[in-house]
Amino acid sequence: MLLSYRSLLALNQQEEVVDLLKDYPLSASEDEEDNDGERKHQKLLETIGRLDGKNRQRLAERSEASLQVSEFSVSTEGTGEKLELAELLAPIKPSSSLGTVKKRLKKVKNKKTVELPLSKEENERIHREAAYNKTSQDMDKWDPVVLKNRRAAQLVFPLEQEQVLDAPIEEVLGAWKARTPLEQEIFNLLHKNKQPLTDPLLTPVEKASLKAMSLEEAKQRRAELQKARALQSYYEAKARRQKKIKSKKFHKVLKKRKAKEVLKQFEKLQKVNPTAALEELEKMEKARMEERMSLKHQNSGKWAKSKAIMAKYDLEARKAMQEQLTKNKELTQKLQVPSDSEHDEDAEEDSTLIPDIVNEVQMSIDGPNPWMQKNRGINTQASHIQKKPVAGEESEPEEEEKAGAEEDALLQEVEERRSLWKGSEVNQGSQKQGLRTKAPKRTEEDKEVLAELRTLSKHINKKAKKVRQVGKQHVSPAPAAPKEPSVQREEQSLLDERPERVQTMEDIESLGMEEVSQEQKQLRPGAERRRQRRQQHNHPEQRSPPKVKQEPMIDLHTIITVKTHKANSSLSFPTIVDEEDCDEEVTQKQIIKEAFAGDDVIADFQKEKCEADKASKPKDIDLSLPGWGQWGGPGLVISARKRRRFLIKAPKATPRKDKCLPNVVISEKRNIQAAAHQVNVLPFPFTHQYQFEETIKTPVGTTWNTQRAFQKLTAPRVVTKPGHIIEPIKEKDVESSSSHLGPPTLQRKAQQHAHHRRRRLKKAP
Amino acid sequence: MKVKMLSRNPDHYVRETKLDLQRVPRNYDPALHPFEVPREYTRALNAVKLERVFAKPFLTSLDGHRDGVNCMAKHPKSLSTVLSGACDGEVRIWNLTKRECIRTLQAHEGFVRGMCAHFCGTSFFTVGDDKTVKQWKMDGPEYGEEEEPLHTILGKTVYTGIDHHWKKDIFATCGQQVDIWDEQRTSPICSMTWGLDSISSVKFNPIETNILGSCASDRNIVLYDMRQATPLKKVILDMRTNTLCWNPMEAFIFTAANEDYNLYTFDMRSLDEPVKVHVDHVSAVLDVDYSPTGKEFVSASFDKSIRIFPIDRIHSREVYHTKRMQHVISVKWTSDSKYILCGSDEMNIRLWKANASEKLGVLTSREKAALNYNQKLKEKFKYHPQISRIARHRHLPKTIYSQIKEQRIMKEARQRKEMNRIKHSKPGSIPFVPEKKKHIVAVVK
Repeated sequence: MLLSYRSLLALNQQEEVVDLLKDYPLSASEDEEDNDGERKHQKLLETIGRLDGKNRQRLAERSEASLQVSEFSVSTEGTGEKLELAELLAPIKPSSSLGTVKKRLKKVKNKKTVELPLSKEENERIHREAAYNKTSQDMDKWDPVVLKNRRAAQLVFPLEQEQVLDAPIEEVLGAWKARTPLEQEIFNLLHKNKQPLTDPLLTPVEKASLKAMSLEEAKQRRAELQKARALQSYYEAKARRQKKIKSKKFHKVLKKRKAKEVLKQFEKLQKVNPTAALEELEKMEKARMEERMSLKHQNSGKWAKSKAIMAKYDLEARKAMQEQLTKNKELTQKLQVPSDSEHDEDAEEDSTLIPDIVNEVQMSIDGPNPWMQKNRGINTQASHIQKKPVAGEESEPEEEEKAGAEEDALLQEVEERRSLWKGSEVNQGSQKQGLRTKAPKRTEEDKEVLAELRTLSKHINKKAKKVRQVGKQHVSPAPAAPKEPSVQREEQSLLDERPERVQTMEDIESLGMEEVSQEQKQLRPGAERRRQRRQQHNHPEQRSPPKVKQEPMIDLHTIITVKTHKANSSLSFPTIVDEEDCDEEVTQKQIIKEAFAGDDVIADFQKEKCEADKASKPKDIDLSLPGWGQWGGPGLVISARKRRRFLIKAPKATPRKDKCLPNVVISEKRNIQAAAHQVNVLPFPFTHQYQFEETIKTPVGTTWNTQRAFQKLTAPRVVTKPGHIIEPIKEKDVESSSSHLGPPTLQRKAQQHAHHRRRRLKKAP
Repeated sequence: MKVKMLSRNPDHYVRETKLDLQRVPRNYDPALHPFEVPREYTRALNAVKLERVFAKPFLTSLDGHRDGVNCMAKHPKSLSTVLSGACDGEVRIWNLTKRECIRTLQAHEGFVRGMCAHFCGTSFFTVGDDKTVKQWKMDGPEYGEEEEPLHTILGKTVYTGIDHHWKKDIFATCGQQVDIWDEQRTSPICSMTWGLDSISSVKFNPIETNILGSCASDRNIVLYDMRQATPLKKVILDMRTNTLCWNPMEAFIFTAANEDYNLYTFDMRSLDEPVKVHVDHVSAVLDVDYSPTGKEFVSASFDKSIRIFPIDRIHSREVYHTKRMQHVISVKWTSDSKYILCGSDEMNIRLWKANASEKLGVLTSREKAALNYNQKLKEKFKYHPQISRIARHRHLPKTIYSQIKEQRIMKEARQRKEMNRIKHSKPGSIPFVPEKKKHIVAVVK
C-alpha cells in the first residue's frame, strides 16, 4: 500500500517538475539577466527590512534551487498532511481506459504489506552465525585425534617420520658416468665379462634364473629349503648333543641299537636279496680274518704292556685290558649263519645266537629251578633285580629304534628333496639302489656295528647266566638281597668271564677278580647300614615318639602358636639323618635349657606386650582435688560421688593393630621424622587410598624389574628427535587415525614399507 | 677317578667391551626385596634434587639491536635461523648455532610491528609504523646489490600485525581491519571488519589453515573464516588481549595473552567459557607461543619474566628471569621444541632451554635410561611433600615475589568479600559465578 502511494507520488511530482520547467524556459543569457533582476529585488527587500531597525544583523539567507525545484527529490512541503488514494484518483476523469487501473488499485488495497528487508547488521549477523556453526562442526572431526593424542602413553615427534627412501641402486647409478681413466678401464673390464653396469644390476645368468622361476615357486622352494635346513640343523644339534654325552652306558646302548639295526637290515637283505647278504657275510668274514691276522686287541702293544704293569694297582687299567681282550674275542669269533633249511632243525644249537638268549632268561625265571621258584614268593626284591636289567634293555632299544627309524626316514626324505632341487645328482633309482649306493660307504661302519652286535649278544647271554648265579648265591645266605649287584652290574659281568676264557693276561685277571671281590665284601657292611638308615627315614613315625620323649621341658601353656611356613624350595631335606647327631642335638638342647632355666623369654615378651597395650590406652583424668570443699588432713578420703563427678572418662581406644598377632608388638606412635616424608592428603585423581598405594608399591627400577619391563615402565611421555622440525599436525592424520587405532606413525611406516616392497616386486620379473 | 668341573659359558658373564655394563644376575622375586619403596623414594628424592642442581636454563643472549625487540619470527625450514624486528625499524637475522647476527637490514621507519616468514622459507614479510608491508628475501643481497625489499605495499593505515598462511601464498595483516592479501597483488583479496577498533594481532590456524583469530584493543577476540570471508564470532573479555596463539596439535584450541595478567585457553567451538585460565604472571602478558608438541606454551610478560605452562594446568611449571631482562615483548618456542627465545625491551634476545635441567648434546643410551628413570620416579613420587617442595622451589626477583604476595592478598580479600556478600544477602539473589566465567564479558554472535 505504502509503496504504491510512493510510486504515485513520484509520478505526480515528475509531472510538476516538467510543468515548472515549462514555466521557466532556460537559456544562459536570459538566466543571468533574470538572476540580476532577482538579486536587485532581493537587495531592495533587505534594505526595506533593515529600515525596521530590529533585525539589523540578520544573516544573509541563501535559498537553493533544489528546495523549490528538484529533479530527484520531492520538496518537503506538505509532509504533515496525509495523502489519500481517493484524492489522487479524484482528478482522473472516469474513462474506460482507467477502469483497469482502478481495479488493480483496489486489489492492491486488499493485499497485505510485504515485510521490510532486514538491516545490514542483522543480515551480517545471520551470515556469521551460519558460518560459525559450519566451521565449528567442521572442527569436530579433530576430536578423536586430539583425544587420542592427549591419552597416548607415548607421543613421538615429529609425527611424520621422514622416510629414508632406499632407491634401487640402478637409479642411483643411472646418473653416474665413468670419467677418470681408471674408472673407464674398470668399466671396460666389466663389459668384457658381461657384467651388468646399470639397469638392472643382474648378470644374464641371474636374469635367466629369475625368469625360470616364478615368485610362487621361489617362495615354495625357499620354504622347503628352510624346512630342510632346520631339520638338518636339528639333527646336527642332536648328534652334537649325543656326542657330548659322557655317559658310557648311553653310548653302549647307542652302539647296540646301531648293531641291531644292521642286523635287521642284514636279515632283510637275506630275504630280499640273498646274494647281497652273502656278500655282506663275506665281508664280515673277511673282517674277522683281518682281525685274526692282526695283533690288534691282543694286548701285545706298547700301551697294553704299560697297562699290564699298572694293572696290579689300577682297577681302571685292568678293566681296559679286559675290554681289549673281549673285543678281540668278539671280532675273531666265527659267525654261524644258519641257512633257511637248517634254521628249523637246530634251534637248540642256535642257543648261542641272539634272539634265543632272551628266551633263555625267561626260562631261567619260569624254569624248573626249585630255588628260584621258592624264592620268588618270598623275596620280591631279588626277582626285581633279575627282571630289571633284561626288561630295561629290551624296552629301551626298541623305543630308540623307533625314534631313530623315523628320523632317518625324515632325513632321507630331506636329502632326496635336496638332491631333486639341486638337479645335479639326479637320483631316480628306487630305494634298493639307494641302499646299494650307501652300502659301500657303510662297510666300515658296518664292521664295527657287527662287532658290537656280537658283543651285545654275548652280553645278554652272560647276564642271563649271571642272574642265575646271583640267584643261587643270595638265596641261601640272606632273604633280603642287597641292591649292590644292580649297581655294580658291569663289573660283575666282567668277573663272570673268567672261567670261560683263558688268555695271555689271565693271571692279572684273576688277581683283579680277587681284589674286586674282596672290596665288595668290605663295602657291603657300610651299604647295609645305609639301607637301614634309609628305611628309618621312610618310616619317620617310628622314630618320632622318642623325640617327643626327649623334649619334655617345653611348657605346653607358654607356647605361642605360629603358623609354620612351608618351604618353597625344591630342595628336599637331607635323606640321611644320623642317629648319633640326633642324640647330640638333644643333649645340646638340654644343656641350653638347663643353662637358661630361669629365663622365661616368652612370658617376658607377653608381659612387655601387655605393658605396651596399657601404655597406649587413653587414661581417665581425675580432676577431683582432695581437700577442696571439705576439711583436709591426714587420712582424707575423697567421696565416691565427688570422684565420679570430677572424673573425665577416656574415650574407648581403637583396637590395637597387633591384637591378633601374638608374637608382635606394633608401635602406633606417629613418627614425626617419617611423617615429614609421607603424603597426608589423598591426591586429586585418586578416589581411594589403595589406588594411590598401588601406584607407589610397584617398583620401576632395574633392581626389581627386567630390562624390558624397565624400559616399558620408564618410557617418556613425549619423545622428540633432536634437530628435527616438528610440523603442525596435518589434515591427513585425521583420516589415518580414524581408520585404525594403532599409533599412526608406526602404522603408516608399515604401510609405506609394504607399498614399497610391492612396487619392487612388480619391477622384479 | 673323574673330576667334575663346573663349566661356565663366558658369554654369560663377560662383557663385550669395557664400556658395557657388568652383567649382574638378579633374582627379581619381590619377597627378596622388602624395601623397594623406600629405596625408590630415596632415588626420587635424589633425582629431584639433582634436577634443581642442574637447572641452568639460560644459554645465551643475542645482542645487537639498538632498540627494544618488538617481534620475532621462526624460520620454517631452518632450526638455527631466527628473525627479529626492533622498535627502530631494524630487522636482524640470527644464527643460533653460532650465536651471531648474520644479516641486518633497516626495514621500516619507526617500529617493526610484525613479521612472519613465508612457509617455504625463501622470504619474509614485515609491517611497520610507516604504513607499509614489505617482502624481503631470506638470503642476503648479492655483492654490490642494494638491500631492497622484493615488494612493498603502501597502505592507508598503520598495520600492527602480520601472519602468513601455512600452505598458500596468502598473508593476513591487521590494523583497522583484517586484510587478506595475495602475494602477487597490491590490494587485499578481502578485508573483514567487525566494529571499529585497532586490531593488535592476527594469527592463522596452523591446522585448519583457513581460520584466523585476531584480537583488538576493544577487549575482544574475533575469529574469521577465510573461505566465507566473514568473521565468525567475537568474545569480549575483561581486558584487552594482546595476542593469541593456536595450538599446533589441537585444531580448535587457542590461547590468548591478556592484559589482566592471565592467559585464557579457549576451545573455538565454545567461547563462552575458556577451557583453562592460566594465572601466575603479575603483570600484563604480552606474548604467547606454543611448543610444537602442543603440550605446553610459553608466555612473555611485562613483569620481566617468561613462564612455561602445561596446557592443562592453571599454574606454570617454570619461570625464567634474569637480572638484566626487562619487559619481555615477544617470545618464541623453537620448532624442535627444545629451546625458547625471548626478545625484551633492553634490546636483547635470550635463548633458554625449554627444559631447565636438560643435558644438551648427544646422550648415551645409559644416560638416556637413567634420565628416563629419574623422570619416572619424580612423576611417581610427585605427591610426596618433600619431593613436591623441592621440585616446586624457584628463585624469584624480589619485585615479582612481593607482587605475587600482594596479589594473593588482594585475591583473597576479593573472595572473602564475595563470600560475605553471598552469605549476608537473600539466598539465590547473588548468583555464584565460577572463576572461569568471571572474565568473559560477552560473546557476540
